[in-house]
Amino acid sequence: MTGEQIIFILVAVFTLVSGFMVVTSRNLIHAALWLVSALFGVAVAYALLNAAFLAVVQVVVYIGAIAILFIFAVMLTRKDMRDQGPQMNPNWWAGAVLAVLVFAGLVFLLLSWGGLSATAADMPADFDTISELGNALVSPDAYVLPFEVASVLLVAALIGAVYVAYNRK
Amino acid sequence: MSFWNDPLNVTADWLMGIFTGWGMSEIVAQILIGFLGIFVLVALLMVVDIFLVWVERKVVARFQDRIGPNRLGPWGLIQPFADIIKLIIKEDTTPGGADKVVYNVAPILSMMSVLILWAVIPLAPQMIGVEDLNIGALYIIAAGAIGTLSIIMAGWSSNNKFALIGAFRQVAVMVSFEIPMLTMLLIPTIFAGSMGFNDIIQAQYPVPFVLLAPLAAIIFLIAAIAELGRAPFDMAEGESELVSGFNTEYSGMKFGMFYAGELLHAFTFGGFMGILFFGGYSLFGLERIPALAWLNSPFVHIFVLIVKAMIGYWIIMWVKYTLLRIRIDHMLAFNWKFLTPLAFVLLMVVALMNALLKGSPLWVYTAGMFLSNVVVGWVALEVARVYSRREREKVEGVATT
Repeated sequence: MTGEQIIFILVAVFTLVSGFMVVTSRNLIHAALWLVSALFGVAVAYALLNAAFLAVVQVVVYIGAIAILFIFAVMLTRKDMRDQGPQMNPNWWAGAVLAVLVFAGLVFLLLSWGGLSATAADMPADFDTISELGNALVSPDAYVLPFEVASVLLVAALIGAVYVAYNRK
Repeated sequence: MSFWNDPLNVTADWLMGIFTGWGMSEIVAQILIGFLGIFVLVALLMVVDIFLVWVERKVVARFQDRIGPNRLGPWGLIQPFADIIKLIIKEDTTPGGADKVVYNVAPILSMMSVLILWAVIPLAPQMIGVEDLNIGALYIIAAGAIGTLSIIMAGWSSNNKFALIGAFRQVAVMVSFEIPMLTMLLIPTIFAGSMGFNDIIQAQYPVPFVLLAPLAAIIFLIAAIAELGRAPFDMAEGESELVSGFNTEYSGMKFGMFYAGELLHAFTFGGFMGILFFGGYSLFGLERIPALAWLNSPFVHIFVLIVKAMIGYWIIMWVKYTLLRIRIDHMLAFNWKFLTPLAFVLLMVVALMNALLKGSPLWVYTAGMFLSNVVVGWVALEVARVYSRREREKVEGVATT
C-alpha cells in the first residue's frame, strides 16, 4: 500500500464517520459542525486528487458560506436544540433498502468501468490546471452553456432576494 | 549551492545525510524533514508572536501619549514573557452549561486559521511551504472561513449572551467583507496572470502593483481590517456593551490563543499587503542589479518581507488606535452599499484597462491604470457625497448646501 492510499483511507474514514455523526447527532449544532468536518474531508480528497482549486473552493463555499448559514439558521429557530423524539421514522427499512440498492448499483457500475483500476498518469510539471479550468468554463466546445445558465440562475436568485427584502415606503 | 543562497535545501540535504546514516529509509527521512520544517516555521512564528505583544503594547502606548511597558528588561522587552507566564498560571475556567468539546476546539481552530496562512507565504523565491500551489490568493479566503467558524463555535459554546451576540456580529462582518477582499485579490491576479504568490511577486518588477491599483490596495486594507475584527470594525468586542465579545468566557491560555491569533493575523495581513501590492520579498528590484547580486539571499528576502509586513502591521495599528468604533448597521451598510459595488466596478475597470493597454509601453500602462483607479475612486466618493447630503437633507428638513 502506498502512502497516498493510506492517507486516502484515513480521509475516507474520517469523512464517513463525520457524515454518520451528522445524521445521528441529537444536538443540531453538533450535527452542523460534523457536517463541516465531513465537507472538510471531501476538500482533502480533492487535494489528494491534485485538484487544489476545487479543494479551496470547497472550503470557501461549503465551510465559509453554506455551513455558517446552516449554523445561523439553526440558531435562529426557536425550537430547543436537543431533539428528544425518536431518530427513526416507520419507513426506515425502505430507506435502508434504497441505500443498499444505490450502493450496489454504484459498485456494479464502477466494476464494469475499465478506469477503476487504472493508475492516473503523472501531470506534466508545467500543467496549469486553473488556466485549463478557466478556458474550459468559457469555451464554446466545453462548458460555456452550463456556466452561463448557472450564472443567470444566481443573478435571478440575487435579484429575487433583493426584491423580497426590499423595504417599500 | 551554499548556505547563504539556499539555506533550506542545504539543511535538508544535511539532515537527510544524517537520518539515512542512522539507517532510516529515504521516505521516512523525507517525511520527518518535512515535519521538522513545519515545526521550525510554526515555532518561529510563535516567537515572533510573543514579540508582537510587546510591539502592540509599545505602539498603542505611543499613540496614546504613554510610555508603555518599560520595567522588565531593556525597553520592557521581557514584558511579553511575564504576560505569558501570567496567562499560563491563570485558572482555566469553563462556564457552566458550556459545550465542552466545541468550547475547547474553538481557540485551537482560531490559531490554526492564522498559522495555515503561512503555508502559502513566500518568504523567499525558494522558501514557500507549498511550492507549486497556484491558488494562493483564494487560499487566504479559505483560511478566513475556518477563522469565521472558530468564532461562531466560541460564541455559541460559551453559553453566554454577550459571547453569542459578539460572535453573530463578527461573523456577519467577516462574511460580508470577504466579498470585497476576494474581489481585490483578483486584481493582482489579473496583473500577474496567476494566483500564486511567487508569480504575483515576480510580476511586480519593475512596477509594484500599488502604483497600478492604489484604490485596490486601500480597499484590500479596509477589508482586511474588518476581517481581523480590529477597530474601527471591532463590534465583536465592543467592550463597553459586550464585555469582550465572543471570547468573554475564555480565561488563561485559551484567551491567549485568541489574542495571540489576532496579533499574528494582523501581522500576516500586513505581510499580504506587502506581497500583493508592494513587491513582497523583493527589494523593489534592487537585487536584480548585477553589482548587488549578493542581495539575492533568502536571509535578505526574509528581512525585507518582515519589514514590509511590520509596516503594514503598523498601518493597521495606526488605524485601530486613531478611529472610533462604527455601529454595526453602518458597518454592514458601508460594505454592502459602498465597498462591494466599488470593488466590483474597480475589478471591471481594471480588467477592461488591462485588455486595452496590454500591448502599450510600460509607462502608458502604468499611467493608464493609475489614472483609471483615481477616477473610479473619485466618482465613488462623489456619489457617496451626493447621496449622504440628500440623506442629511431628508433628516434635517433643510438644504445643507
